Amino acid sequence: MPKYSKFTQQELPACKPILTPKWVVSVFFLVGIIFVPVGVVSLLAARDVVEIVDRYDDACVPANMTDNKLAYIQNPNISKDCTRTLTITEDMKQPIFVYYQLDNFYQNHRRYVKSRNDGQLRDAAKANQTSACEPEKTTADGKPIVPCGLIAWSLFNDTYSFTRGNENLTVDKKDISWKSDREHKFGKNVYPSNFQNGLLKGGGTLDPAIPLSEQEDLIVWMRTAALPTFRKLYGRIYVDLKKNDTITVRLSNNYNTYNFGGKKKLVLSTATWLGGKNDFLGFAYVIVGGLCFFLAFAFTLLYFIKPRKLGDHNYLSWNRHPAGR
Amino acid sequence: MGRTGGGRRRDRLRWSKLYTFSCFRTPATSGDAAGGPSAHGGSAVGGPGFTRVVHCNNSAVHRRKPLKYPTNYISTTKYNVLTFLPKAIFEQFRRVANLYFLLTAILSLTPVCPFSAVSMIAPLAFVVGLSMIKEGVEDWRRFMQDMKVNNRKVGVHKGDGEFEYRHWEDLAVGDVVKVEKDQFFPADLLLLSSSYEDGICYVETMNLDGETNLKVKRSLEVTLPLEEDESFKDFRGIIRCEDPNPNLYTFVGNLEYERQIYAIDPFQILLRDSKLRNTSFIYGVVIFTGHDSKVMQNSTESPSKRSTIEKKMDMIIYILFSVLVLISLISSIGFAVRIKFDLPKWWYLQPEKANKLDDPTRPALSGIFHLITALILYGYLIPISLYVSIELVKVLQAHFINQDIHMFDEDTGNTAQARTSNLNEELGQVHTILSDKTGTLTCNQMDFLKCSIAGVSYGVGSSEVEIAAAKHMASGNDDQDIQVQDVWENNEDEIQLVEGVTFSVGRTRKSSVKGFSFEDDRLMQGNWTNEPNSSTILLFFRILALCHTAIPEVNEATGALTYEAESPDEGAFLVAAREFGFEFFKRTQSSVFVRENFTASNGPTEREFKVLNLLEFNSKRKRMSVILKDEDGQILLLCKGADSIIFERLAKNGRVFEADTTKHLNDYGEAGLRTLALSYRVLDESEYSAWNAEFLRAKTSIGPDRELQLEHVSDLIERELILVGATAVEDKLQKGVPQCIDRLAQAGLKIWVLTGDKMETAINIGYACSLLRQGMRRICLSIPTGDQVAQDAKKAAKESLMLQIANGSQMVKLEKDPDAAFALVIDGKALTFALEDDMKHMFLNLAIECASVICCRVSPKQKALVTRLVKEGIGKTTLAIGDGANDVGMIQEADIGVGISGVEGMQICYFFYKNIAFGLTIFYFEAFAGFSGQSVYDDWFMLLFNVVLTSLPVISLGVFEQDVSSEICLQFPALYQQGPKNLFFDWYRILGWMANGLYSSLAIFFLNICIFYDQAIRSGGQTADMAAVGTTMFTCIIWAVNMQIALTMSHFTWIQHLFVWGSVGTWYLFIIVYGSALRSRDNYQILLEVLGPAPLYWAATLLVTAACNIPYLIHISYQRSCNPLDHHVIQEIKYLKKDVEDQTMWKRERSKARQRTKIGFTARVDAKIKQIRGKLHKKAPSLTIHTVS
Repeated sequence: MPKYSKFTQQELPACKPILTPKWVVSVFFLVGIIFVPVGVVSLLAARDVVEIVDRYDDACVPANMTDNKLAYIQNPNISKDCTRTLTITEDMKQPIFVYYQLDNFYQNHRRYVKSRNDGQLRDAAKANQTSACEPEKTTADGKPIVPCGLIAWSLFNDTYSFTRGNENLTVDKKDISWKSDREHKFGKNVYPSNFQNGLLKGGGTLDPAIPLSEQEDLIVWMRTAALPTFRKLYGRIYVDLKKNDTITVRLSNNYNTYNFGGKKKLVLSTATWLGGKNDFLGFAYVIVGGLCFFLAFAFTLLYFIKPRKLGDHNYLSWNRHPAGR
Repeated sequence: MGRTGGGRRRDRLRWSKLYTFSCFRTPATSGDAAGGPSAHGGSAVGGPGFTRVVHCNNSAVHRRKPLKYPTNYISTTKYNVLTFLPKAIFEQFRRVANLYFLLTAILSLTPVCPFSAVSMIAPLAFVVGLSMIKEGVEDWRRFMQDMKVNNRKVGVHKGDGEFEYRHWEDLAVGDVVKVEKDQFFPADLLLLSSSYEDGICYVETMNLDGETNLKVKRSLEVTLPLEEDESFKDFRGIIRCEDPNPNLYTFVGNLEYERQIYAIDPFQILLRDSKLRNTSFIYGVVIFTGHDSKVMQNSTESPSKRSTIEKKMDMIIYILFSVLVLISLISSIGFAVRIKFDLPKWWYLQPEKANKLDDPTRPALSGIFHLITALILYGYLIPISLYVSIELVKVLQAHFINQDIHMFDEDTGNTAQARTSNLNEELGQVHTILSDKTGTLTCNQMDFLKCSIAGVSYGVGSSEVEIAAAKHMASGNDDQDIQVQDVWENNEDEIQLVEGVTFSVGRTRKSSVKGFSFEDDRLMQGNWTNEPNSSTILLFFRILALCHTAIPEVNEATGALTYEAESPDEGAFLVAAREFGFEFFKRTQSSVFVRENFTASNGPTEREFKVLNLLEFNSKRKRMSVILKDEDGQILLLCKGADSIIFERLAKNGRVFEADTTKHLNDYGEAGLRTLALSYRVLDESEYSAWNAEFLRAKTSIGPDRELQLEHVSDLIERELILVGATAVEDKLQKGVPQCIDRLAQAGLKIWVLTGDKMETAINIGYACSLLRQGMRRICLSIPTGDQVAQDAKKAAKESLMLQIANGSQMVKLEKDPDAAFALVIDGKALTFALEDDMKHMFLNLAIECASVICCRVSPKQKALVTRLVKEGIGKTTLAIGDGANDVGMIQEADIGVGISGVEGMQICYFFYKNIAFGLTIFYFEAFAGFSGQSVYDDWFMLLFNVVLTSLPVISLGVFEQDVSSEICLQFPALYQQGPKNLFFDWYRILGWMANGLYSSLAIFFLNICIFYDQAIRSGGQTADMAAVGTTMFTCIIWAVNMQIALTMSHFTWIQHLFVWGSVGTWYLFIIVYGSALRSRDNYQILLEVLGPAPLYWAATLLVTAACNIPYLIHISYQRSCNPLDHHVIQEIKYLKKDVEDQTMWKRERSKARQRTKIGFTARVDAKIKQIRGKLHKKAPSLTIHTVS
């Protein structure tokens, strides 16, 4: 005799929820009740964010070279300095985040994403580990590059400095990367070596005297972006900006995006508890919530127009199609 | 043969002298050494196909070459220790999906693969390993079963006339074995001698051909002296015979013994898996061992059965493969285009140093390489764990089936045994059931219930059918619906019926005497002597006690008599006779002894009846007779047989009781009883001796027409009979069979019975289990026996059959009465023709029109053929039930497994849903990553997705889901129709789920992309990188698919909660644990440091989860409110407790839920009621049906 237990006989206590009209309507209603306010709050949060975007890749090309931007950017003898003036549209409370935004830049390309070696970044003893760093592993004479790989090699190297009138707005570049990256993934005793000494000239250079853990621009850059359009944190300005303030940006336009027609933008933005200026989440919540209200209403209507008594035996198949028996 | 009387050999009976037909023995002198073998086919011995040589009693010869034959060890396992790994792995990779994953795993070792090798190999190893473990365990069980058989013991001659017990597996060809009563024969044997003086023995071949009646086998005359252990000391002989073959009914060979050659025919061959009955022991020589034996030759490699769902599953997998190939093509074309036109501009990728995987100068080549990458990358469209999950579910289901207390048989202590778990899911989709009769439907145990003597019906006990009818009538529902539940559940003892008709019904029949349920004081305790026709009654009892071929056996301990009868009917008659005071207690070669003890005053008198002739029963004659001389010297012929046969042989003056008896016989038949008519004839001396002379002449004649002659002569004497009465025995059905058939019929299933039994038996059983009933139009298809030459006969037979089928179809078509039911009965011979290509569709069409179909005298092969015909002709799932080896073909051919209808389909749909939802997001991301083959998710997430994070809830769904409880299923058989109609797994539904998956993938990807586009995700200003986006998307997927499965469940126990919410919890746990390891790269501390503190992450999860599930919620809400399925309504009725409040509605619906059926108990009770009502109208007041418990 098999032993009786509620488990083996499948008689465990169970809750058997049934989608009664009441349940359907209240579920939709409940979702609506939650989602619409969340959406409104998100929208309000996004509204609070002030964002100034300035595209400078075209503007910084000298007028005589607009037909040949590539020659401009590739010629080291032409000065890349450029000055931009921004007008603050709304009051901006500190901290103000400085971002650079690239467009049409495939940081998520497999060839690119793969091309790094985490061990080498973390541990000075593993400096020779350059596997997976193709095609930027070693210098021509076979010395390992630290940090190796395409990501580091293509480091973004435009720089910005800001002044309001005569006041210098300091850009704080500390803490722009994740703490865990600085402390665990990029070694305190790993120093750049042979960097940008390869056959091809890439992006920015690194100070060989500063350990990787303090090269925050690199650390931010190495967090590859998910999409070809992305923003990366450049630094923070701990000064409140007033509406109609004029900010002068002195930038050196070093990074080559002209090759692939990518835009470069400088972004000044505040942030709220929810992050940056993103209306989408709020709208989505409001729409889904609204839809749920509508569905709750529609189902209520349906139950009134075409009511079906619960457990109405007339709906059993043999009662509905007596001929088909 | 000078043996001492009463010694070792029991009873000293020489049946061959008694039996007329079946014990014909070729004279021992038919072959001698000089003349060579003379028996049929004997000349072939030694030729090709007939090369086997067996040295009797000298098995040592067969243990080495050249006469080395396989041992008696049998193995039905698929694998052994050595072959397990290669074979099982091969089996696994025969599945397309697994093969695909194997290829990807191999490719993952090359740089083409977008993932790390371990993330490709680990899940595959896990999945395949699990399946292999399952295979291994199942094979181990088979092995244990084989071991049980191999380790059975049998007495084997070890030399010097001594026998010892050995395991079956140690038997070798040539061994002399001694098999005892009720043991199975360990191998195919040549019968040498038996406990009967003339070397006959009884064999039960149920496992071979399903026939229940015992077969008589007899040894060669020449080996008869080998009757005791010592005589085998010097026994030597050589058997030359055919090679192993699967033919059960032929054997060609001869025995060379003492320099003479004797032909062996199938009568001397005892086959493995048949059983020795009614004989204390036999000696035999092993001819075929192990896998050479005929029964093993018959068993074919069991085909791996694939359920329809599994086939559909494959179809869907193919569809997904096409999608996979399509998007891979798109992806690789996109890649090639980007490589050619864009890559040269992407200086940050150093296109100058391109390798061949991304070479802008050779975009086509790179595109082809990328195609492989893409095929691997999008592999998540194919649910790798689908097979293993479904398998796991089936194993668990099988486990629960085995554990089910409702399927526990207290008598045998057996639980249900799901031998293979492959087929569970089709149980819910059976359309036609093909059943073997014996042992499956009836216990094959007869109960003497009623009799009609001299036109008076005796016996107040009632059969199951009558009881049910009575109860129903008493319950008094005037409508036509029959409350079967009430019939089974009602336990009142007395039922007052309309117009003074009383049924007293009790289920407490005295079961003191097995096989005897007769209740009537008029006949018991000798009271019959006071009945008007007591002399006829006396005769009736004598016929019961004398006209048989049974042997009494005294139980040494109790002194009680048991009878070993050829058929259970005979046993029941003898028990009945004993209870009436006519105890048959002894049989000698020439006499039958009966102890008559019916009057209290006289005390027992022992009477001896000399048996002059015995014309035994066979299916052609349908009667048996004995010719006896009683103590007064009067010669009597006692004859019992089928009523139709007896009635046509009655004398003019023997028909006094014919009318009444016929009426009683009809009543009995209607009550589901098996009937026989009894008659006698008094012969005078001269008449007998004249006949006997002729009979002896016929008996000693040699030649093919001997049997015909004998039949003819027998026919001469079995005439001018005087009818005495009729008996009615109830063939006890297996417990629950009528209910079972009833419910199956109500659930709309078709039932075919395929039996090896003869037509009468089959029809009787059909009656007993209500597949047939009086008033059903019976269409019998059979071939009239003719003596034409083979060619002609075949043609004629075919034509006649064609005509019969056409007539039958016509009859069905012309029938106007909607209540009319047809039954098709066809015998094996007719079936051979009916199954031929040009006729089978006609036959099938007719069969489908009939409410029940019974095929009799069916060979195992025909069983398989019929099954195939039904399966292919109707195109629905068939289920075969059987218990013997003879049913194997049928069972293998039928497509049953089981299919737990809805849930299984749902599971598979869900698998496709979740994998599409997941796999397509990878594809979308490609479009944003230059089709480079980069995945937005971490390798480890993807690895865990199929195996850990989403599989357990599906398994819990498959194992534990109950949409309605099992009691309700039984009450509403029509719910079963949801299965065969495939309500839960049709293409509409599959496409719906796929669309749902597509929608979910779009929602998951694009909502997340928009939310995490370029803005800061935290108040600290950080933006999202690929790891953050990937992890958020993955979180959304986990939530969405687990919510989805929660929505599909209607039955939550803690197990479901644990699995569903546990899966979600596991994901968070995993990401924390994984995030604390440095190897997680960009996912390092992703939840705790990056995403956890970001409200945006949680807001996105909530939004996406809701967005993914709203459409399905709308769908089920709408469906339930406007288009509810039956089980929805019933759930609601139960939920609202309406079944308690409104019992009439509940009852009415229960009865309506039954398919209108023409077979089964209910239909029969219905018919009986109509009949009783009709009678009541005619002669209401006088009718008293009295059934006392």
